[in-house]
Amino acid sequence: MTALAPTTTGATLDVEKIRADFPILSRTVRDGKSLVYLDSGATSQRPYQVLDAERHFLETSNAAVHRGAHALSEEATDAYESARDRIAGFIGADDGEIVFTKNATEALNLVAYGMSNALTSDDPKAARFRVGPGDEVVVTEMEHHANLVPWQEFCRRTGATLRWFGVTSDGRLDLDPSVITERTKVVAFTHQSNVLGTVTPVEQIVAMAKQVGAYTVLDACQSVPHAPIDVHALGVDFAAFSGHKMLGPSGIGVLYGRRELLEALPPFLTGGSMIELVRMEGSTYAAPPARFEAGVPMTSQAVGLGAAVDYLSALGMENVHAHENTLTAAALEGLQGIDGVTIIGPRNTESRGGAVSFEIDGVHPHDASQVLDDSGIAVRVGHHCAWPLHRAFGVQSSIRASFYVYNTLDEVHALIDGVRRAQDFFARDGVSL
Amino acid sequence: MKLETMYQEIILDHYKNPHGKGLREPFEAEVHHVNPTCGDEVTVRVHLEGSGADAKVVDLSYDALGCSISQAATSVAYDLIVGHTVGESFEVLSAYQEMVQGRGKVEPDEDVLDDAVAFAGVAAYPARVKCALLGWLAFKDAVAQADENAPELEGQA
Repeated sequence: MTALAPTTTGATLDVEKIRADFPILSRTVRDGKSLVYLDSGATSQRPYQVLDAERHFLETSNAAVHRGAHALSEEATDAYESARDRIAGFIGADDGEIVFTKNATEALNLVAYGMSNALTSDDPKAARFRVGPGDEVVVTEMEHHANLVPWQEFCRRTGATLRWFGVTSDGRLDLDPSVITERTKVVAFTHQSNVLGTVTPVEQIVAMAKQVGAYTVLDACQSVPHAPIDVHALGVDFAAFSGHKMLGPSGIGVLYGRRELLEALPPFLTGGSMIELVRMEGSTYAAPPARFEAGVPMTSQAVGLGAAVDYLSALGMENVHAHENTLTAAALEGLQGIDGVTIIGPRNTESRGGAVSFEIDGVHPHDASQVLDDSGIAVRVGHHCAWPLHRAFGVQSSIRASFYVYNTLDEVHALIDGVRRAQDFFARDGVSL
Repeated sequence: MKLETMYQEIILDHYKNPHGKGLREPFEAEVHHVNPTCGDEVTVRVHLEGSGADAKVVDLSYDALGCSISQAATSVAYDLIVGHTVGESFEVLSAYQEMVQGRGKVEPDEDVLDDAVAFAGVAAYPARVKCALLGWLAFKDAVAQADENAPELEGQA
């Protein structure tokens, strides 16, 4: 366990220097309060390096990529493909294995729709993805809606049956071996719960899936931004993550797919750019990744995400992870030291990331967040797009603090003070709730 | 301070001791409304006598899970609606909706709004407007289901 330092997180990251890169962190909110941004699990803030890269691209090289032969078009295409290369390198993938999407949700839908399109595809390579009645798709009860609802819909379209791993009371997956069977065709699961912070045993689940020949789809939205990830070493077939949770722009997500599988997967969205040959009677499709990037893609966003990956690589993902671990440990300890506060999820930093969700007895999360907000502290409240998970824990909603490279131990302490203030506020004047 | 402006004593009192809470019979319609962003939910039943704007709301019973704002708003709605006509209730609801959605620019009419004027501070927090409206809009829906001659809410399609 990382030792706690009083005000800094030790030598892993120079947080003061990092904070100077993020202009938004110096603003005030709610009548002059310093912003304490603890909602990076929802969306992260962007450093000058990302903002400048986008602006520089737009000021010098903006053009529609992969079309035209003029100078700007070539430069824009180079910038776009260079971003793809660096993002691939960041997660240990090859560049042909990275598809740009609108966001992670679209990336997950791309897999689900690509697979169900195999039912009507006349490409013999697509046959391996055919799923129908009697087949099963396995998800987990801790999924974000983005990796649950697309599979519910996939099952509705294909006639397959949805099954899931439950969650234990301490916030871990209950890997009941009877859930994955010979009928399982897809296992879609999160790498790190956006609510509990739980890191799931990817290698173990991949081994279970491989044993029955099922495809694995990893929601890596909460892992890729926060820890060193090597998708080849993890052995998953597909993985999805979003740009805006990793210091990059919104409007861009990433799908990783093993090359062999992307080559066989039918397209999801169709139109320009993704074709090989178009005739009035029908069309053939380009090789991946172009097959999955219909239309003029987002370009400055890709450039910005490339810059974000460079920024994170320069910090070192091991250091990023260690820094967040220190903040998480302090938050867990501080919150558990308050009477009436209950952590939802693992209570120590073992196999756990920096999302800390909790409840305060007698104070509804919405009301608590209002008091925190009044102190300038931004947290997420609600069910965090993981409604079944909240139901499993018997709670209607929760408060979530989530940490990133620019957060400090002082901010964790501000959160803890804010929670006490919320308790005091709603206990005032004898109003006992 | 804005926070105390929103969390008026009267709101916290209603939150602590909600008026008219619990589902009762008889009723002509029951609706279930959810705020999908936070998971707050309310079930509302209405018991009307008569039809149209002159119908009398004999009872409004409810069960609710949610934050102080949504709970207190539903409790205040109970106080202001039961015993009045649908037309009168809708007049209050219109003024109330205009106030909480008004971003603080709408001067509330206390003669119409009565205790509901306590929710004026919500207008400064757009993220909480749905909380303040959850129970009221469920009531409106329940009336529409209970009575095919129910009036339109002023300013609504």
